[in-house]
Amino acid sequence: MQKRVTFNSRTLPYLLVAPQILITLLFFIWPAIQAVGQSFQREDPFGLRTAFVWFDNYIRLFGDPFYYHSIQITLVFSLLVTLLSMGVALFLATMADRVIRGATGYKTLLIAPYAIAPVIAGVLWLFMFQPTIGIVAYMLDQLGYDWNYHVHGNEAMMLVILAAAWKQISYNFLFFLAGLQAIPKSLIEAAAIDGASPTRRFWTIIFPLLSPTTFFLLVVNIVYAFFDTFGIIDAVTSGGPGSPGATNILVYKVYSDGFVGLDLGGSSAQSVVLMIIVIALTVVQFRYIERRVHY
Amino acid sequence: MATVDIRGVRKTYAGLAFETIKGIDCAIADGEFLVMLGPSGCGKSTLLRMVAGLERITSGDIAIDGRVVNELEPKDRNIAMVFQNYALYPHMNVYGNMSYGLRIQKLPKAEIDRRVREAAAILELSDFLFRKPRALSGGQRQRVAMGRAIVREPSVFLFDEPLSNLDAKLRTQMRVEIKRLQQRLGTTSLYVTHDQVEAMTLADRLMVMKDGIAEQIGTPLEVYRNPASVFVAGFIGSPAMNFLPGRVTADGGAVELTGGVRLATQLTGGLAGGEDVTVGVRPEHLAPAANGAAAPSGNEVQVAVDLIEALGADTVVHSRLDGTEDRLLARLPGSVTVTPGMTLTLTVEPGALQLFDKATGRSLSARS
Ligand SMILES: Nc1ncnc2c1ncn2[C@@H]1O[C@H](COP(=O)(O)OP(=O)(O)OP(=O)(O)O)[C@@H](O)[C@H]1O
Ligand SMILES: [Mg+2]
Repeated sequence: MQKRVTFNSRTLPYLLVAPQILITLLFFIWPAIQAVGQSFQREDPFGLRTAFVWFDNYIRLFGDPFYYHSIQITLVFSLLVTLLSMGVALFLATMADRVIRGATGYKTLLIAPYAIAPVIAGVLWLFMFQPTIGIVAYMLDQLGYDWNYHVHGNEAMMLVILAAAWKQISYNFLFFLAGLQAIPKSLIEAAAIDGASPTRRFWTIIFPLLSPTTFFLLVVNIVYAFFDTFGIIDAVTSGGPGSPGATNILVYKVYSDGFVGLDLGGSSAQSVVLMIIVIALTVVQFRYIERRVHY
Repeated sequence: MATVDIRGVRKTYAGLAFETIKGIDCAIADGEFLVMLGPSGCGKSTLLRMVAGLERITSGDIAIDGRVVNELEPKDRNIAMVFQNYALYPHMNVYGNMSYGLRIQKLPKAEIDRRVREAAAILELSDFLFRKPRALSGGQRQRVAMGRAIVREPSVFLFDEPLSNLDAKLRTQMRVEIKRLQQRLGTTSLYVTHDQVEAMTLADRLMVMKDGIAEQIGTPLEVYRNPASVFVAGFIGSPAMNFLPGRVTADGGAVELTGGVRLATQLTGGLAGGEDVTVGVRPEHLAPAANGAAAPSGNEVQVAVDLIEALGADTVVHSRLDGTEDRLLARLPGSVTVTPGMTLTLTVEPGALQLFDKATGRSLSARS
């Protein structure tokens, strides 16, 4: 008896994968090729004339102080989003791992934010922190703090970091919880008998055993912070305030330079750089997943 | 070195309506090897984990060396435990695993090194000190788990089925090693198993458990010779003891089995004639009668053989008591020729009969 499903027709399998391939080609490969092409061209804002300029766009890009500024804040942003969301998720997962009664209830609540679209998450936080109508802004005002992220770059940054991290906590939580539950209880008990305090047990036993999960999440979160936070930035700060934009991270800059500034060549060059970064991160992740056991 | 006193210990798990441990008393002497034996789910691990401090005691006291430890953390009880799955730290090498507890105690490096190397030498692990657990065989992992317990020089060893993940041959070998080690170190040990051979060979004393109760506590031979109940009698010994329904005769000097056969016994002294009892006889206490005596008398039964298991040295004979449906197992010397379908006369060794109260299953030997 054959265990694997086999097709008698030669064309059917191709037909079945065709939609996926079509979508990939149409929405990923084709735009990517176009971006690479455009990054070597310069176009006037009306799209009437196009000139081939070789690496001119790249040279201009890496000579632009605004671009370095954007790289800098992207690094700060991704680092803080990753640390915050992973830290909080790990903490919550450690707590949830101990809960026995009503565990599913807690878990569902903690996982819920993952189902929310980035823009909605952004708007949610926007409403809370909006200087004139936000509840948190109001409370800060009562405390005598002059909260206005429309003016203060650091506050804007903090807000998008909070929103972006919050959105990702659920995802991290799920993985950490699964990681924690895969650690045999007897290991923790053995360490307790060996005299290790709960803190020490965490850092010398649990945390090292979670390292495969942690590493995986690290890559996923960096990718998330680099690319998937566009919606949040767009809804909350639109890259601002100020110039250079205090929250104008790389992925947002592609959009604002290209579609707002209409510098399509420069924007394409930025996309290509981002593309290389994401390819590098993916390679790291795949490499790593191949040899899963870490310790 | 230490004594362990278990006094009226009970355990109800949170959220459960019934008791898992229903009041156990046992005083374990300094240096003694106590084995807890019982079927799966009877509460052996629960009791051991209460001694370790991994499970709270619902009521009663556990004292180690005279000091009640109910409220003490595991680390303050001066015990070491070997787990069924070994619970080795997978990211540490053998040396790291064995020295983990010592490093927490902040012992001097030289002292840690001395103890680890000494234990490794005893357990023949010296060549593997810098290997990770996943690069070790099952038997080696088991020894690392032992080593981790030894280096701490605890006053009590706790073992929770430490050999159950090993194959039969290795289990026999490790069993001997554990016994030798314990004799050498003289450390009080509590050992959980559901393997009766392991229990019989290791134990100074046995605690046979059932449903959260200690059915009997005694030396292996006591438990074998004078089982306190049908459960203990059936659990200890292989093949298991035969149980036949019987009735004490009017004169009180014998029991009558279903087919009308009478077996003489001294045990019935205190019993009223006509009382229903369960008669227990071990397969190894049955022997072929000399020259197949015609009529069974006094201490003989006739059986119809229906199955033979020839083990070489022994032959296990499955049979029915002649004219009844009561099954009887006999372990005869391998030299005896038996074939299925034949009728056989078996002699019961004098004094080998056990009588149990039919209703409660308790042994009636105490009454005589
Ligand atoms: N944490 C727990 N919460 C609730 N019930 C438990 C818990 N641990 C064990 N039990 C129950 O208590 C009873 C005794 O379990 P225990 O582990 O002590 O059995 P055991 O004799 O060690 O069995 P085995 O030979 O299978 O290891 C079982 O019915 C088990 O389901
Ligand atoms: Mg158990």
